[in-house]
Amino acid sequence: MTKQVQQLDRVIIRFAGDSGDGMQLTGDRFTAGTAEFGNDLSTLPNFPAEIRAPAGTLPGVSSFQLHFADHDILTPGDAPNVLVAMNPAALKANLGDLPRGADIIVNTDEFTKRNLQKVGYDGSPVDDGSLAEWRVHPVQLTSLTVKALEGFSLSKKDAERSKNMFALGLLSWLYHRPTEATIKFLENKFAKKPDIAKANIAAFQAGWNYGETTESFSVSYEVKPAKLAPGVYRNISGNQALAYGLIAASVQSKLPLFLGSYPITPASDILHELSKHKRFGIRTFQAEDEIAGVGAALGAAFGGALGVTTTSGPGVALKAETVGLAVTTELPLIVVDVQRAGPSTGMPTKTEQTDLLMAMFGRNGESPLPIVAPATPSDCFDAAVEAVRIAVKYRTPVMLLSDGYLANGSEPWKLPSAAELPDISTEFASGPNHEDGVTFLPFKRDAETLARPWAIPGTAGLEHRIGGIEKAEDTGNISYDGDNHDRMVRLRQAKIDGIADDIPALEVDDPDGDARVLVLGWGSTYGPIAAAVRRIRKAGGKVAQAHLRHLNPLPANVGEVLRSYDKVLLPEINLGQLALLLRARFLVDIISYNRVRGLPFKAEELAGVIQDVIDSE
Amino acid sequence: MSSADLSAPHEAVANGRGLSLVPKSEIKLGMKDFKTDQEVRWCPGCGDYAILSAVQAFVPELGLKRENMVFVSGIGCSSRFPYYMNTYGFHSIHGRAPAIATGLASSRPDLSVWVITGDGDALSIGGNHLIHALRRNVNLNILLFNNRIYGLTKGQYSPTSEIGKITKSTPMGSLDKPFNPISLAIGAEASFVARTLDSDRKHLQSVLREAVEHKGTSLVEIYQNCNIFNDNAFEQLKDPAQRDDITLRLEHGRPIASASKAVRRAADGGIEVVPRSAVSEDEILVHDAHRADPSLAFALSRLDEPAFDHVPIGVFRSVDRPSYDELMAEQLEEAIDERGPGDLDSLLLAGDTWRID
Repeated sequence: MTKQVQQLDRVIIRFAGDSGDGMQLTGDRFTAGTAEFGNDLSTLPNFPAEIRAPAGTLPGVSSFQLHFADHDILTPGDAPNVLVAMNPAALKANLGDLPRGADIIVNTDEFTKRNLQKVGYDGSPVDDGSLAEWRVHPVQLTSLTVKALEGFSLSKKDAERSKNMFALGLLSWLYHRPTEATIKFLENKFAKKPDIAKANIAAFQAGWNYGETTESFSVSYEVKPAKLAPGVYRNISGNQALAYGLIAASVQSKLPLFLGSYPITPASDILHELSKHKRFGIRTFQAEDEIAGVGAALGAAFGGALGVTTTSGPGVALKAETVGLAVTTELPLIVVDVQRAGPSTGMPTKTEQTDLLMAMFGRNGESPLPIVAPATPSDCFDAAVEAVRIAVKYRTPVMLLSDGYLANGSEPWKLPSAAELPDISTEFASGPNHEDGVTFLPFKRDAETLARPWAIPGTAGLEHRIGGIEKAEDTGNISYDGDNHDRMVRLRQAKIDGIADDIPALEVDDPDGDARVLVLGWGSTYGPIAAAVRRIRKAGGKVAQAHLRHLNPLPANVGEVLRSYDKVLLPEINLGQLALLLRARFLVDIISYNRVRGLPFKAEELAGVIQDVIDSE
Repeated sequence: MSSADLSAPHEAVANGRGLSLVPKSEIKLGMKDFKTDQEVRWCPGCGDYAILSAVQAFVPELGLKRENMVFVSGIGCSSRFPYYMNTYGFHSIHGRAPAIATGLASSRPDLSVWVITGDGDALSIGGNHLIHALRRNVNLNILLFNNRIYGLTKGQYSPTSEIGKITKSTPMGSLDKPFNPISLAIGAEASFVARTLDSDRKHLQSVLREAVEHKGTSLVEIYQNCNIFNDNAFEQLKDPAQRDDITLRLEHGRPIASASKAVRRAADGGIEVVPRSAVSEDEILVHDAHRADPSLAFALSRLDEPAFDHVPIGVFRSVDRPSYDELMAEQLEEAIDERGPGDLDSLLLAGDTWRID
């Protein structure tokens, strides 16, 4: 049978099933095939915090959305063109996001009376006409998988578990994805269980063959590779990019990396990744708690290591006192906050930008520190290197604000070569710094950076004591003198403020230079904002875009940029935290757009908001 | 201590595994080399003075480079200690010194790292860090100044205060059962646990010597007098009229006994303190600090309860096991041996990549 092949410029697929169905793995493998094929792509995993929520229920639904295209794209897509629903719960939970006419592939084997009842369906929506607006492809995924694996000595239950690979095979056929890498992946993953490896490969191939032969799919689709900038690419998630950025920063700063960390969603993958790279001299320390994680990192920094701690919002709250100690002892330290929905435990697997004010002010006393926020998953690499550059040069803790969306989302990344990366090395103090030629002053500052010397144990003649008590200027001795304290508070603030001269100016993207509305963002909202801006411009509208990477200090030109537009729109996944800072600092009006739904903004949604602001001009 | 005593322990310590990676000083240092120009600000009569002086007098014997010694502390009276030691020092925040010292010691095996802490700092706000440091066995010397009271906050009861303690925060008496630091440490898998007394300089120094030689975390509880808020808490151990009867010296390989009391196996399988006159010498329990099973050391740690009638002093437990920092360094070496040192370009290129021309 010769089947028709249709060309598409982009596709959004969402795999959805029970949290035990292997949807994240299926999505990851489809992504790997897509990356290998050369499309641009962006992914959005969305899963419950529970590892195995009750089977077949709405809270147990786990999904993975992938947007891929023959051109460069910025987001995981607003609405899926294709939904793969492994059970009634997955259908029900995701149907609301599907535009009319989208394809739905349903695993009809799971549409049993009991499973339907669990989610409140009276009858099967596949049969009762309620899905008439969509193109439904009923597939007996489970029983076809079991049938394909008849020759294997597997229990029925084990055979059924390969149904996600059957689905992956079918989708791989439907979108002409290469298959070799997935086969190799399965061989490696189950290297110790060759029977399971073979069964999964057989299920994967059966899915492919099913697409080829069945009449339920008469068309397959091709999305040509994207014309991206020349170079070598790999697909990368935010957490992995951040871990690689820290490794690169360790190499480029010539400082051994010491990670003190306590497991927490969604930051744990950074700990997992760094613990694999011991041959870079990286020490990873899984501490007894969040406080010990940052304490050990600070202790290592005192000893001359690149001290890093990784966590999410609840962990930052616990680490606050130690971060304050790093502020006052003026030691380099990296605090990675992979933000998640709060307050308190909140929604651990859902994204949010609600820790900005905690990063700014969440410590006792005047306790300023620099804040850097990556914009995309691959940007987590560069942001990590930048955070380390600032920490080392200015002897200060730096907060790196990632979030759940960046952490788990992925995109193709054009690999830098080590030779292109900046040299961010520093010098430890090696001798006296007083005019008398013999005295060492641990708090005598560099005239330009206001940074103090980093004198590490083992250096003869520089023995000194530091601590959390206020220090006399220069000598670092304990001081309760009010005027000295006032000077030290201002010096520490001035040191951080001065970094504004050492970071790039805020760039504005305004192609015609005559937009009157500026849309500003920070962190992970970059993709949706940029996609929305494209839509407005494509429709003939005029809007300028700017994105902040340094939240503290702000680039020197921010006030000037804000004042040069009639209206400034600031979408944030919080209730207006950056808006509060900008209004206070620059006395300008900001139009906030805020949603805290645990998910990134959609491009269409933001385009509507931007258009409304333009129209209100 | 006579000068004749000095050389022998020096040799012994130089061979101790706990200091094997710390560089030795080329010049002979003395007590004055370890004093700073900072005015010591403890209350007159505080037991901390005696401990500071004993430590300053003792550390030159180690023959280490001064710049390779670090004193880390938390918060409290005792935690001011690092300011008075002319080494590297870090006066940190309440309870966190073991965590900070763990990061330092596990990334810098060439340092001799000391933690100075108190009963509130180590056992209350920092209890979690203390027990985990002990089980990990990072190469640290933890000196726990136990005065059974909160001094710096002006006199509240502490986690080692006896039940019924009348203080500013407990006008009708404290209600909670105190920790026994030695029992706690043994329960937390500590490899070295000892107790000494602020006023007994010679004993204090001998215990410190063993603690420093020990590879891994050594916990030394030092009974320390707070003459302002809890004066004479350990008076029985200092009073010439009773001390020899109360103090049960723990010395490895020696019978455990005071002038008038002795420890022996009890009929129920435990141990008991009996009049020395009631037992023959060979019935007295002989101390074995290196015993792998910690149960006997634990039993010894309970002898001062409920009353303070007989108090074991000395090294309860000293067993050899790998230290965390050693094991961590071995993993790094193993990773490099197996696959060579890390290369950034190969790291980035590993995995599925594709080229666009």
